[in-house]
Amino acid sequence: MKKVYVNEEWCLACHLCEYYCAAANSGAENMIKAFANGKKPISAIQVEESDSINFAVQCRHCPVPLCVKSCITGALSVKDGVVSCDESRCVGCYTCVLACPYGCIVTSEQSKVIRKCDLCTKNNNGDPVCVKGCPNRAIVFEER
Amino acid sequence: MALNYFQPLFDVIRDKDRCIKCRACERQCANEVHHYDAELDKMISNSQTCVDCQRCVCICPTSALKITDNPNKFRNNSNWSQRVMTEVYKQAETGGVLLCAMGNPKEYPVYWDKILLNASQVTNPPIDPLREPMETRVFLGKKPRSVTFKEDGSIDTKITPTLELSTPIMFSAMSYGSISRNAHESLARAAAELGIYYNTGEGGLHKDFYKYGPNTIVQVASGRFGVFKDYLETGAAIEIKMGQGAKPGIGGHLPGAKILEDVSKTRMIPMGTDAISPAPHHDIYSIEDLRQLVFSLKEATEYKKPIIVKIAAVHNVAAIASGIARSGADIIAIDGYRGGTGAAPTRIRDNVGIPIELALASVDQRLRDEGIRNEVSVVVAGSVRSSSDVVKAIALGADACYIGTAALLALGCHLCRSCQTGKCNWGIATQRPDLVKRLNPNIGYHRLVNLVHAWDHEIKEMIGGMGINSIEALRGNRLMLRGIGLNEKELEILGIRHAGQ
Ligand code: SF4
Ligand code: SF4
Repeated sequence: MKKVYVNEEWCLACHLCEYYCAAANSGAENMIKAFANGKKPISAIQVEESDSINFAVQCRHCPVPLCVKSCITGALSVKDGVVSCDESRCVGCYTCVLACPYGCIVTSEQSKVIRKCDLCTKNNNGDPVCVKGCPNRAIVFEER
Repeated sequence: MALNYFQPLFDVIRDKDRCIKCRACERQCANEVHHYDAELDKMISNSQTCVDCQRCVCICPTSALKITDNPNKFRNNSNWSQRVMTEVYKQAETGGVLLCAMGNPKEYPVYWDKILLNASQVTNPPIDPLREPMETRVFLGKKPRSVTFKEDGSIDTKITPTLELSTPIMFSAMSYGSISRNAHESLARAAAELGIYYNTGEGGLHKDFYKYGPNTIVQVASGRFGVFKDYLETGAAIEIKMGQGAKPGIGGHLPGAKILEDVSKTRMIPMGTDAISPAPHHDIYSIEDLRQLVFSLKEATEYKKPIIVKIAAVHNVAAIASGIARSGADIIAIDGYRGGTGAAPTRIRDNVGIPIELALASVDQRLRDEGIRNEVSVVVAGSVRSSSDVVKAIALGADACYIGTAALLALGCHLCRSCQTGKCNWGIATQRPDLVKRLNPNIGYHRLVNLVHAWDHEIKEMIGGMGINSIEALRGNRLMLRGIGLNEKELEILGIRHAGQ
């Protein structure tokens, strides 16, 4: 199955993937509207930075996802290998946040429910927008 | 400084309705123009240090940025232009030689743009490259005067080593040091895939690039940096650099700050020391001396590799080329006054040398008049900007062209001409690891391959239109060219007729 991978050698820490992700999954028509009037939609991909190395982190879509196991309401589930969250069922207990070994489940002050990567299967963008928006082809969508 | 004589050259304009404060521009500008002010919750820019490299404009996800010329102008004066005045202020402040980079930007005539190509109409039909075979392959090196055969019909003539190019384009000399490792790798990989050559420049060859040896031209310049047996043997050809179009008559200087571990190993000089290439080769003061170096290099490589001698196009270029052709060199490379550089004194770059078009025409004519045109191939450089420039160069008599600036543009360069600062935002002319990584060679080499493929296709279309189906039949075919807006003298030097004639 094709997944999103990050080649840290080429990650520039420009953080654009975060903005593409947040905008695409915000429901807004375009990026400007997504961030208009002080709105701060959340991204499921997060760039980790240090002096010498940076990389973007998002859900690994584990074959045996610990987050799904830990979810107390059944909001998290796997479909065709994609781990995704039914936000209407999430109660914001954050058990999955504790369970995910990669720290890929994102929380924010704007919303009580969690946010995670679903490989852009719930928007109409085709391939994941972080991959398409990466200026240095550090993020790739491929079979490994 | 309390009193600032310099007005910023550019104005950074941010459309506040579009800006989403993602701060990508801030993170990507090595000149620290943009910053986010948390107190004001605003992006602020300081245009003073902007070099108009367009990196922020290209990266902004909402197209919120524009860089324009600073509308602030000194009082109009056709003689003392703002540029001239600013240069005086700069020198009054620093007391130094003005430095600059890339090719001569001044408004001198571009002869390529004053030459038009021919096309066939009724009497000799044009050729469609998509339907009929078309040959853009060329061989660089000496061509035998005649071919003799043995009794059994096999060829008796001994052919000296040549370079085979799939299309008459090569990447100009750009040293590892002046350009980044990733830029170097992009050029090397593209040359290998395209079946052409790239050139190490005078910085030696990094050990990781030895595998591209069959597509590498190794350079021997006045500083002799990184020259040793393996280096010479690895290259497909050896280029002796006598001069460079951007700075004829002077040497080079790579500041110690850029000589980090890898560059120091490759150049074979201690870390942190300035790499100074003297203006002359200290062992070359005549054509006879040049001949000695040509043959030393041939001897060292067992006569297996063609030797290129590269010179800048200067006033008596034809006579110099004639001397080089007699020195035993296989290929002459001529670099015109618009040629690029990683750093040069501004006065030299902008005022020394002659246009490549005129230099090429006179060199080709001189070598033909002396009956030695077959002794050498002629490669031209110094602002070959498009496939039509290539076609015009070949019709004027060139065997192939070197492209440097065009190749860097393919890699992202926006000609901000600030290479000498070492802060290239596109990861090309820099050694700063965070900037170097911005050029992913997997993308870079592909863009170079695309560029050369596109040019190759256009060359075929243009020569096909003339009813010609091979580069060989175009070479020196000046009847395919007509001048426009040129005076008698220019037409005479170019050896072409005026349009309508
Ligand atoms: S990159 Fe564009 S949108 Fe982002 S902060 Fe800069 S100007 Fe604003
Ligand atoms: S130097 Fe380049 S990246 Fe920085 S503001 Fe100017 S154009 Fe933008």
